[in-house]
Amino acid sequence: MRATHVHALYVHGTGRVRALEAHVKVAAMVAFVLAVVATPREAFWAFGIQAVLLIGAAAAARIPAGFLLRRLVVLIPFVLFALFLPLFGGGPRTQVFGFALSVEGLWGAWTILAKATLGVTASIVMAATTEVPDILLGLDRLRVPRLITAIAGFMIRYLDVTLGEMHRMRIAMMSRGYNPRWIWQNRALANSAGALFIRSYERGERVYQAMAARGYQGQMPVLSRELTRPGSWLQALAFPAFAWMAAVAAIIAT
Amino acid sequence: MSVPALEVRDLSFSYPDGTAVLHSVDFHVHPGERVALLGPNGAGKTTLILHLNGIFSSSSGSVTVAGLPATEENIHEIRRRTGLVFQDPDDQLFMPTVRQDVAFGPANFGVQGAELDDRVRDALEAVGMLEVADRPPHHLSLGQRRRVAVATVLAMQPEILVLDEPSSNLDPASRHELAHILEALDITMLMVTHDLPYALELCERSLVINNGRIVADGPTSTILGDRELMRANRLELPYGFDPSFIRPGRT
Repeated sequence: MRATHVHALYVHGTGRVRALEAHVKVAAMVAFVLAVVATPREAFWAFGIQAVLLIGAAAAARIPAGFLLRRLVVLIPFVLFALFLPLFGGGPRTQVFGFALSVEGLWGAWTILAKATLGVTASIVMAATTEVPDILLGLDRLRVPRLITAIAGFMIRYLDVTLGEMHRMRIAMMSRGYNPRWIWQNRALANSAGALFIRSYERGERVYQAMAARGYQGQMPVLSRELTRPGSWLQALAFPAFAWMAAVAAIIAT
Repeated sequence: MSVPALEVRDLSFSYPDGTAVLHSVDFHVHPGERVALLGPNGAGKTTLILHLNGIFSSSSGSVTVAGLPATEENIHEIRRRTGLVFQDPDDQLFMPTVRQDVAFGPANFGVQGAELDDRVRDALEAVGMLEVADRPPHHLSLGQRRRVAVATVLAMQPEILVLDEPSSNLDPASRHELAHILEALDITMLMVTHDLPYALELCERSLVINNGRIVADGPTSTILGDRELMRANRLELPYGFDPSFIRPGRT
């Protein structure tokens, strides 16, 4: 059961993209996503260039295509939402395969699909080439408040522990002949959620005691002092730079 | 006589609801000594050790670590001097990687740069866990996590190592490995345990606590061989051990 949740986004391997420092990659990813967001919806070719850049980055990092596609499943709720827009959108309509669809809705659906797919794929490529502790350290170096990185760190650290507890509670319930699956059995589910909350709260207290015992006084200490290799920024930022060029050209053209 | 590594004088403690947990607890541990703290569940063992570094503080009695009284103004230094290893390593190891976790303690006391790296390396080496330095703690086995938990405290270079049930839930091989590591450390130690053979193996002296009072203090082999004392305090040797044949362990 261990080692399944946290590493689910990471693909083991070596190579140039993996060797880049985490904070450089995080910055490049954010800059790329901003370029995608800034690109006008009519500029199909600009999205094409950005997609090619992403595929290039994924190929350079040797991320298997199947892995990328499986991870893109998180987009499904957005896709479903996007599909509704042309059907229920207002304004002028156009005929597509015999259906009268809203023009504005079609544009909306296209924007959501294109931008979300590019943005999510960029973060999948980043997460697949950077281990979770490094991402946290990277955010720290990018001057994200240490309180935020500490909270994210604790969440990741204790996700496995809490899921493990939840799993054991469920097994204990099933072992006594009760297997709640339906909404009208929600009393048992609510009880275990409550118990889980209390247990997590108590664990939080114990963790705090352990922190205080090692001299914690309300400020997370600075632990990273690794310097960025020269050239890393240049290499990593080349990727969003091309995406921005496409975006700017598209803004000028429209 | 040297300054005691730990001195507890007339310490009493009650929870806010009035439940009295400790009654006039009095003992001291000298530098280099290894002392087991034995007693049944609910005897006050964990409450006592949480007093040793000021997590709990009491209105009556005093705790002194290597000559420094555990008062409000000294609390930061007291926490460095008392290295507390908690029972559940999941409570103790909260940072994303083992290396960061071991660095957490010394970094809080202002150690940085190359010295911090050295501290982390030495502490992990002492418990044989240097090779897992960059892994997340939750990917380690319980035995490994407990060894890392010991390292997180060693990195602060404490005066006394206080362990809460170090052998609980470990398989026999991990239990033995941990004993081997603790045995090799050159440090004063106070160990809370229900594992009496472990106490015999690692600690030359034992304290027995029951109902919040220290009821016995002496060589571990003598205490484990005293049937009356053992029975009166709900302590029991594992099946098949004959108290009359207890051979002194660590001396």
